[in-house]
Amino acid sequence: MRIGVPKETAAGEKRVATVPDVVEKLVKLGFTVAVESGAGDAAHFADDTYRAAGAEVLPTAAELWAASDIVFKVRPPTPAEVGLLREGGTLISFIWPAQNPELMQQLAARKATVLAIDSLPRQLSRAQKMDALTSMAGISGYRAVIEAANAFGRFFNGQITAAGKIPPAKVFIAGAGVAGLAAIGTAANLGAIVRANDTRAEVADQVVSLGGEFVKVDYEEEGSGGGGYAKVMSEGFQAAQRAMYAQQAQDADIIITTALIPGKPAPKLITAEMVASMKPGSVIVDMAGEQGGNCELTVPGEAVVRHGVTIIGYTDLVSRLAKQSSTLYSTNLLRVTEELCKTKDGVIDVNFDDDAIRGLTVIKEGSVTWPPPPLKLPAPPPAKPAAAAAPAAKKGHGHGASEPMPARTLATVFGLGAIAFLLVGHYAPASFLSHFTVFVLACFVGYMVVWNVTPALHTPLMSVTNAISSIIAIGALVQVAPPLTGGAGADRPNTLILALAVVALVLTAVNMFGGFAVTRRMLAMFRK
Amino acid sequence: MTASLATVAYIGATILFILSLGGLSNPETARRGNLFGMVGMAIAVLATILGPRVTPAGYAWIVGALVVGGAIGLIAAKKVQMTQMPELVALMHSLVGLAACLVGFASYVDTSTVFPTAAEKSIHEVEIYIGILIGAVTFSGSIIAFGKLSGKIGGKPLLLPGRHWLNLAGLLIVIWFGRQFLQAHSIQDGMLPLIVMTVVALLFGVHMVMAIGGADMPVVVSMLNSYSGWAAAATGFMLSNDLLIVVGALVGSSGAILSYIMCRAMNRNFISVIAGGFGTGGGAPAAAAGDAQPAGEVVPINAAETAELLREAKNVIIVPGYGMAVAQAQHTVFEITKFLREKGVNVRFGIHPVAGRMPGHMNVLLAEAKVPYDIVMEMDEINEDFPDTDVSMVIGANDIVNPAAQDDPASPIAGMPVLEVWKAKTSIVMKRSMASGYAGVDNPLFYKDNNRMLFGDAKKMLDEVLAALRA
Repeated sequence: MRIGVPKETAAGEKRVATVPDVVEKLVKLGFTVAVESGAGDAAHFADDTYRAAGAEVLPTAAELWAASDIVFKVRPPTPAEVGLLREGGTLISFIWPAQNPELMQQLAARKATVLAIDSLPRQLSRAQKMDALTSMAGISGYRAVIEAANAFGRFFNGQITAAGKIPPAKVFIAGAGVAGLAAIGTAANLGAIVRANDTRAEVADQVVSLGGEFVKVDYEEEGSGGGGYAKVMSEGFQAAQRAMYAQQAQDADIIITTALIPGKPAPKLITAEMVASMKPGSVIVDMAGEQGGNCELTVPGEAVVRHGVTIIGYTDLVSRLAKQSSTLYSTNLLRVTEELCKTKDGVIDVNFDDDAIRGLTVIKEGSVTWPPPPLKLPAPPPAKPAAAAAPAAKKGHGHGASEPMPARTLATVFGLGAIAFLLVGHYAPASFLSHFTVFVLACFVGYMVVWNVTPALHTPLMSVTNAISSIIAIGALVQVAPPLTGGAGADRPNTLILALAVVALVLTAVNMFGGFAVTRRMLAMFRK
Repeated sequence: MTASLATVAYIGATILFILSLGGLSNPETARRGNLFGMVGMAIAVLATILGPRVTPAGYAWIVGALVVGGAIGLIAAKKVQMTQMPELVALMHSLVGLAACLVGFASYVDTSTVFPTAAEKSIHEVEIYIGILIGAVTFSGSIIAFGKLSGKIGGKPLLLPGRHWLNLAGLLIVIWFGRQFLQAHSIQDGMLPLIVMTVVALLFGVHMVMAIGGADMPVVVSMLNSYSGWAAAATGFMLSNDLLIVVGALVGSSGAILSYIMCRAMNRNFISVIAGGFGTGGGAPAAAAGDAQPAGEVVPINAAETAELLREAKNVIIVPGYGMAVAQAQHTVFEITKFLREKGVNVRFGIHPVAGRMPGHMNVLLAEAKVPYDIVMEMDEINEDFPDTDVSMVIGANDIVNPAAQDDPASPIAGMPVLEVWKAKTSIVMKRSMASGYAGVDNPLFYKDNNRMLFGDAKKMLDEVLAALRA
């Protein structure tokens, strides 16, 4: 099948849905790829690089749409573009079906199959690789900090220079979603003091992990609304939140707001009075500009100065990093394509048994399939009994029985030992007993000594004990040529014994010399 | 040299041997410990040769045997590669076992020993019988272990039907012929039971080790180490030689402790291992794996991306396994470690007690590649640090990093302590394929969201990673 990548037509949109690297990978999956001439220009991908990657470059949008079985786009198509889409063709793009009901009708009328990248069920962990919302949000968070730094008249990091002491910038970030977290990390890396707030208490750890400080609203309410979004909070909470924001506004040099609630206008977090209370030269970056903005004074798409504060309401933050965002977006699309084409033969299969694909598909062959049925998520595994999960045997190294044996076991062991010793003492002759004493004591010495051996040296321990066990050579030595007294050894088969002893001696000598030498070689390698 | 002098020399040698083992408590003192061992051995051998029980007539034979054997041993020690260490150790155990057998036979046919009482004669014969028994088991078991470790014999456990009954029958035969042996009036009469017992013991050794799978080799090797010690101790009783008894007991208990540590690291029962009966739950893995199939999918990664992850990490823990030894990748691992450490990345190694084919196998390989031992950590030392780790890299290991051991009580390896690599921000598993480990258990680690799979031969992939790092 042929994948077509048209040039984005929305004003200010610099991204392109597929980059040359991804073209190569799509070709490997068995697809042919066509790109509209100039599609990648704004993101600095020239037509020639697409050709080099194996794509065909078509001169006009009309030709491209007509020639493509599957179209990859970034922005939702315009009515004109829907008209170009081949009857029964497939489109993968941002759609926002809830906000664009007419577009859905038009696409359905074309008998199209449409996969809306924004409708991905994000709670599926394996969907992460396809999650363009996340990858785009990360980029916009980064860019928001860069825009703020650009408009801000000072350093981010504190410095003590010959020309005086420079305090670090204070950055407050409202909303610690993906974009907010990216902004926290970027601002912290630039050296600013970063504080952040979110109605979802569980993100506090993530904020801290990126170098930020989590500012709590002094009010008990959990704001997690499912799917990684926040929900609308109660009036009491909002009052407490406003008080906190007012306080932060007076203190912070830079405020970045990313608060969004799905399907609703962005909450107005920063009032005109708060802006007025900020220090002159401060910066507000309102990333929710497209949904009306988190700040009352935001002008979507523009940077304005109010009360001496620069308020940036750009809605094209992602597009301002077009090369990066195109690369990530096209990788997300590649992952979607891989899911659609598991057979790698260049034919897609919109398989509704796959939860991720079911969620993505908003129109299948002309019939609207949005919204998808709720996911049958596996019930979260019940909290495991901690005692069973954690292996009980977390003993320190070095000693066998770090816990004392239960008294009963100990008594049994001692009892058996006593009986065994009684039996030995009763039957064995004295000469045996002296050897037996030595044997038992040696076992204990060995036990004590070997527990102290560090585990890293277990192999040398084995080879050295192996070398030492060639002490058995002594047994052979005393048999080679013992002094024969009296007539006791008259019928001793001297030659046979000598032969056996000498062979045993050779064997043990191999062991003795080899064992010590190899241990030496190993130990010489251990170095600090 | 008088008998008393020889005895004193033996005591000196004993002390040196104990110090030798004691020295292994840390790498600094270990070298001196090895030296103590050599000196002790030299003293023991010289005291025996110059002592009252060897006449000058034997000197030529003794020197000849020592020179021949010593030369072979030294050459072998020089030639052997560090990855072949388990094979070498197994082979050496077999030599001790065989020597114990030979000494036992020689002692039995030696008519010059006089016993004042019948009881002492019986005890002597029991000692011979037991000494040869242990020696023969050690010999054949070690030969099979050598074959398995060097790949000459397949690693799969050979499970004969009714093998426990076979072992029991073998034991009964051994006891029956032991009775015959003790009742024999002449050496000729006793020879037949002795030889039958030896054959049974040899077969038992073969059967015992054949029934053990490749992953359990650390236990087997240390167990055979223990057996070779007991064989020496039995020979000591036979010859009324305290030095042999002491050293045999030292080696025997050392091997037993090692086997115990290995068993604990694999969560297996010590008794069932000593009896040579492990893998008794052999049928369970398939059934358990069936209903607990890990969900999710595997995310592959390539060498360049791996290099990228490593370069951006602050804390890296490398977990090597037998795969690293097979691929001889330890030198490349060290090059990568060195490169990253120079860049300020905190690279450490996490070693599971049973990683590899014998206790401490990984430590030796890393030491060979000149990895400093103070960044090579034991499992207990490093397991808590995984949550603060950016990248954990698993090289050719599987079961020792299997989260099912902690999470899934039905798993055949449930309860086995494992390295918690999945707690790192990203884990990278290098493997040749998706095949399961020796325990035959699927590894849910591979399907975790933060896990990436780098497929291919460890050496080749690491070389590519290194090249990508340097690029």
